[in-house]
Amino acid sequence: MKAEEKLAQEYKYGFVTDVETEEFPKGLNEDIIRLLSQKKNEPEWLLEFRLKSYRKWLTMTHPTWQYCQIPPIDFQDLYYYAKPKAKKTAGSLDEIDPELLETFEKLGIPLGEQKRISGIAVDAVFDSVSLGTTHQADLEKVGVIFCSISEAVEKYPELVKKYLGTVVPASDNYYAALNSAVFSDGSFCYIPKGVTCPLDLSTYFRINAKETGQFERTLIVADEGSFVRYLEGCTAPQRDENQLHAAIVEIVALKDAEVKYSTVQNWYAGDKEGKGGIFNFVTKRGICKGDNAKISWTQVEAGSAITWKYPSVILKGNNSQGAFYSVALTNHKMQADTGTKMIHIGKNTRSTIISKGISAEESQNVYRGLVQVMASADNARNYTQCDSMLIGDKCRANTFPTIDVKNNTAVVEHEASTSKISADQLFYLESRGMDKEKAVSLIVNGFCKEVFKTLPLEFSVEAVKLIEMKLENSVG
Amino acid sequence: MLEIKNLHAKIDDKEILRGINLKVNAGEVHAIMGPNGSGKSTLSKILAGHPAYEKTEGEVLYQINGKYKSIDELEPSQRAKEGIFLGFQYPVEIPGVSNISFLMTAFNELCEAQGVETMKEEEFRKYLKPKLMSLDMNESFLERSVNEGFSGGEKKKNEILQMMVLNPRLSLLDETDSGLDVDALRIVAQGVNTLKSKRNATILVTHYQRLLNYIQPDFVHILYQGKIVKSGDKNLALEVEEKGYDWITKQ
Repeated sequence: MKAEEKLAQEYKYGFVTDVETEEFPKGLNEDIIRLLSQKKNEPEWLLEFRLKSYRKWLTMTHPTWQYCQIPPIDFQDLYYYAKPKAKKTAGSLDEIDPELLETFEKLGIPLGEQKRISGIAVDAVFDSVSLGTTHQADLEKVGVIFCSISEAVEKYPELVKKYLGTVVPASDNYYAALNSAVFSDGSFCYIPKGVTCPLDLSTYFRINAKETGQFERTLIVADEGSFVRYLEGCTAPQRDENQLHAAIVEIVALKDAEVKYSTVQNWYAGDKEGKGGIFNFVTKRGICKGDNAKISWTQVEAGSAITWKYPSVILKGNNSQGAFYSVALTNHKMQADTGTKMIHIGKNTRSTIISKGISAEESQNVYRGLVQVMASADNARNYTQCDSMLIGDKCRANTFPTIDVKNNTAVVEHEASTSKISADQLFYLESRGMDKEKAVSLIVNGFCKEVFKTLPLEFSVEAVKLIEMKLENSVG
Repeated sequence: MLEIKNLHAKIDDKEILRGINLKVNAGEVHAIMGPNGSGKSTLSKILAGHPAYEKTEGEVLYQINGKYKSIDELEPSQRAKEGIFLGFQYPVEIPGVSNISFLMTAFNELCEAQGVETMKEEEFRKYLKPKLMSLDMNESFLERSVNEGFSGGEKKKNEILQMMVLNPRLSLLDETDSGLDVDALRIVAQGVNTLKSKRNATILVTHYQRLLNYIQPDFVHILYQGKIVKSGDKNLALEVEEKGYDWITKQ
């Protein structure tokens, strides 16, 4: 294989789709926000929500506590809205630009009627807008609502209004405020009482346009006794400039409901020298609002130049359960600062945290976690296991766990380890006929197994492949 | 099959092998004995391509496609694919990797290298079953992480299982008998004997004679201070058993 081909293969989603986009002028001010809201035919309350968030954002400063170096971002030099110009977009997938259909097909997400992936309903988000959602009719039969958040604002304003911003308030952090002001699209789902969602729901995010921020917003509401599994995938073209992705995901699980959320994040991570790549600054949080509710986050973070996110669970209902399973892989000059927060409020609440960080080359990988047990949380339990693996001797791994317990009936366990792939392990596998890369990938997959097994099968296969691909050429 | 000429090797600037000469033909079993620190393990590791050991002089020639070639340039994985197998004295633990996926990956890598069709898991399990039985290993071994929490005997059996799966041309068994009780020793020896054929050869590296009660060597070599100081047939091993190594090293 030629060197260029090999390079191109390193990030096979790096292509750019050549579509005309409609963009707002660069920069951010109240007029841009009004224009955005108007463009989307939004009700007055939502415009107010945005403006309030924007004003809040203006009073905030960029956070500095994270363990990564973030170059200064000029928020006035970004486009806040980019939409592929097409004859018609919202709703009907049959009428999208064939170029875009082809884009998603190349990404392995066929949207066309015949080729759709069975068993999974997909909402495809391209830059700032949702192109449409597959399998909608099947979902409607059981009353499941799964559509873009813009469509939800139009069709189900009461539901959106009731829950939007209740888990992640705009004032939560700098990027949450920014997102609340300018979010353009994302997914909304609502699972009615007692319904087990017949399909896995999935959103696929694609950033295409240059110098554009993607600010999507996902809201999942699982009503009493319902169950849903949600999958999220993401890629972006290979560009030399950094691109900003600042999303919010909110999950509300009512009494006896269960939500399983899985992400395979493969945003473009920049090149070997650290040029380009996505800044992935995301706030993800769920609340177990009712008794016996369950929320689990599984994430495989293998992309982005900088990742900064802490999918969390607020365990408010009695006997509710939260889980966080994470694999974060960094190579080249990538930086990841990720982890979770488990906030125990209800009685007999349980949480599990399994975090696996793998750093290669000159990258840096941080686990940051908070386990908080409030005075009301009698018999709360937490188990945390936090393992780091280093490949090579120029990378770094750090762990910052915080435990805050205000109730003496709580039991909180924390286990941590740091390991290196030993020369003996490598030689052992190599002497069985595996080349070095295969050997490393086998060891790494073994290291991540506890997390991978929580993913749905297709996703877990994809995750294994992704890790293998990322580690190619990382082993010296 | 294998020809070693005047092999010198070192680790961390310490010379361990000081001129080894050895010729091994297909169908033969060689035993290499010697006191601790004589270089026995180094010899097997350097043949398998361990990166920490460096050859400083001499030649290691191995028959590939009928021709003797130097294996200096071959990576350990390439040597394995050419049929060289090292049974480890201290098998390494690989946490989280199940034995079955480890064995299957190794087996299928070999199939690919030889242009033979690879096996799917179900078929591979069937292929493993008689091998497991012959080693008196329970099938639950396959689901456990590679060597993790295995007893000494289980680890060694697992090495022989890998050898059976990969069916090598040249097996180097480094202290396979250490840490085994009599029953396990008999089972492991049986495994080695079953694999013996006219097309392959075995080098047993051992400190004690007792393994040789179960596996009949054609040749016995005594290694001392990095050199083969005496060669003979199996009676040499018996003599060592009786008189100790001093008898030879004092000569």
